[in-house]
Amino acid sequence: MTEHRSDIYGVMGEFLTPEEILHAATKAREAGYKYISAYTPFPVEGLAHAIGFPRTGVPLLTFIGGLGGALTGFGLQYWCSAITYPLNIGGRPLNSWPAFIPVTFELTILGAATFAVIGMLALNLLPQPYHPVFNVERFSHASTDRFFLCIESRDPKFQLADTARFLQTVRAHHVHEVSNAE
Amino acid sequence: MSSMQPPEDFPEIRRLDPVLEPGHTYASVTDKIAAVVLTRPPSTGWIVGFALSFGLVMVLFVSLAWLIIKGVGIWGINIPIGWGFAIVNFVWWIGIGHAGTLISAILFLLNQKWRTSINRFAEAMTLFAVSCAGIFPLIHTGRPWMAYYMMPYPSTMGIWPQFRSPLIWDVFAVSTYATVSLLFWFIGLLPDLATLRDRAKNRVQQVIYGILSMGWRGSAHHWHRYQSAYLLLAGLATPLVLSVHTVVSFDFAVAIVPGWHTTIFPPYFVAGAIYSGFAMVLTLAIPLRKAYGLEDFITMRHLDNMAKVMLATGLIVAYGYAIEFFMAYYSGNKFDVFLATQRIHGPYSHFYFALILCNILTPQLLWFEKMRRNVAVLFVMSLVVNVGMWLERFVIVVISLTRDFMPSAWGRYSATFWDYSTFVGTIGLFVMLIFLFVRVLPAIAIAEMRELVAHQSESDEERS
Repeated sequence: MTEHRSDIYGVMGEFLTPEEILHAATKAREAGYKYISAYTPFPVEGLAHAIGFPRTGVPLLTFIGGLGGALTGFGLQYWCSAITYPLNIGGRPLNSWPAFIPVTFELTILGAATFAVIGMLALNLLPQPYHPVFNVERFSHASTDRFFLCIESRDPKFQLADTARFLQTVRAHHVHEVSNAE
Repeated sequence: MSSMQPPEDFPEIRRLDPVLEPGHTYASVTDKIAAVVLTRPPSTGWIVGFALSFGLVMVLFVSLAWLIIKGVGIWGINIPIGWGFAIVNFVWWIGIGHAGTLISAILFLLNQKWRTSINRFAEAMTLFAVSCAGIFPLIHTGRPWMAYYMMPYPSTMGIWPQFRSPLIWDVFAVSTYATVSLLFWFIGLLPDLATLRDRAKNRVQQVIYGILSMGWRGSAHHWHRYQSAYLLLAGLATPLVLSVHTVVSFDFAVAIVPGWHTTIFPPYFVAGAIYSGFAMVLTLAIPLRKAYGLEDFITMRHLDNMAKVMLATGLIVAYGYAIEFFMAYYSGNKFDVFLATQRIHGPYSHFYFALILCNILTPQLLWFEKMRRNVAVLFVMSLVVNVGMWLERFVIVVISLTRDFMPSAWGRYSATFWDYSTFVGTIGLFVMLIFLFVRVLPAIAIAEMRELVAHQSESDEERS
């Protein structure tokens, strides 16, 4: 760690195609970098895996949301119809569970869907209006037609000049310094 | 996609039209779709269309205000026909919404690439149609300010909604459907809002799209979770969309009224919903691609496929009509038999024959490829099917209620001016929302189009 400047977030290489960035990301991992992030205009298959991100928590959260919705839905109807306001209609059972299925089902879906979306946003730490990568002027192309690979300065192997040179060896078309300051 | 195409040297094998015309790059699809929102000034056609639909929204407001002042007596409903236009329109609108979810969720799960350029505005159509649908049961209660009675809330009276009633199931089904459709639409929009933020030239646009895009930056980690959430939502929306129209059909099928009390209703309602929904997608897609020059993205392949879905669902609906007659005959129930004959011979038989003409006979033209590839024919056909599906709901609601068990309970129904003005008003609201939508949000999913470009260039490389 000869040079560590706190005003530098990392260095960023710019690529033209999904294949290029996938190649560069794989090489960066092989070179021992750990804190790598990639920014692409559309999901690139295998890229998350290449920079070391094998699993997501979204499915688990969705399951929890669905389970919660189901229990709320059935619990609500059972409590209303059988406990707090029981109505004896010709001796029919108070817990008439088949009639409770539609609402239980709808609330299961509602819970799961809400958790899937809010969970995805929360795990992604969104909304997050400011991020250092936005300081790079060319970064506005990340939402159109350019692919960016960023090696972050908190990486133990990070050295401004070396890392920038490394990105050039993996055929980055441009290399940008990402500063922390606005 | 194109790797499944027959090789070039077999010209006699017909090649499928592309889902995306060749020669596009990431930047060109982005430019073309984003330009509609960001740079193009509104055309005269847009202004005229918006003004007209805005006028109809004013008609809606007047109708609703008069309704709230005077009560539901301004409508044609009476005893025994308590449902009338409000429920006919509710079922019609909610059905239209279903195609949007089908395109965005079911075709996504089936990996149908052609859905990409039509899913965004089909989802918007779903939301707007559900908004229009939601108005009707609300105002049909007569006292819409008491509508919160339908929700389970702890009241001082200690009473709760009747959870064994399909009408309460409907409240839950429709509100869940509206919420999930909105979530699905919003997360689909997220990357595109970021694109608009990055390309916006003026400050106002930058700030608005900036806030809406939540700081999306297309990180690979984000995309990974995003795709997972999107796939799960598609998986959740699929059973949901089937359940919504099933529950709507329960409103009828659980009752004992002749013509309603039948088990064919859930599947045939769902098929009818998809039928009318695809008709509405065509009604919107054909002028949209023309007005904004999006023929490269919404190609003949899309129109052809949608026409085929219409033909298939139309046949399911036709089967439903046939089975209704068969079951009336086979059950031997004299009330059901009587109702069936009333459809053909009763005072509303012209509605029934118009329905058969619109929903069953006309769409048979779609068997012919020439017809499916004629944009003008398709457009007219989509309007005809929309009318037909409205007639179907009218036939179901009105004929059954006017021909109950006892002759003393028979009646007649005719809609009043306010019935028509409210209905036309909601059409105005729907069209106005569509007009606003195409100006402020990308009508085609840009990020998904870029993905399509990537796939296309991959398969081009394989071939060369």
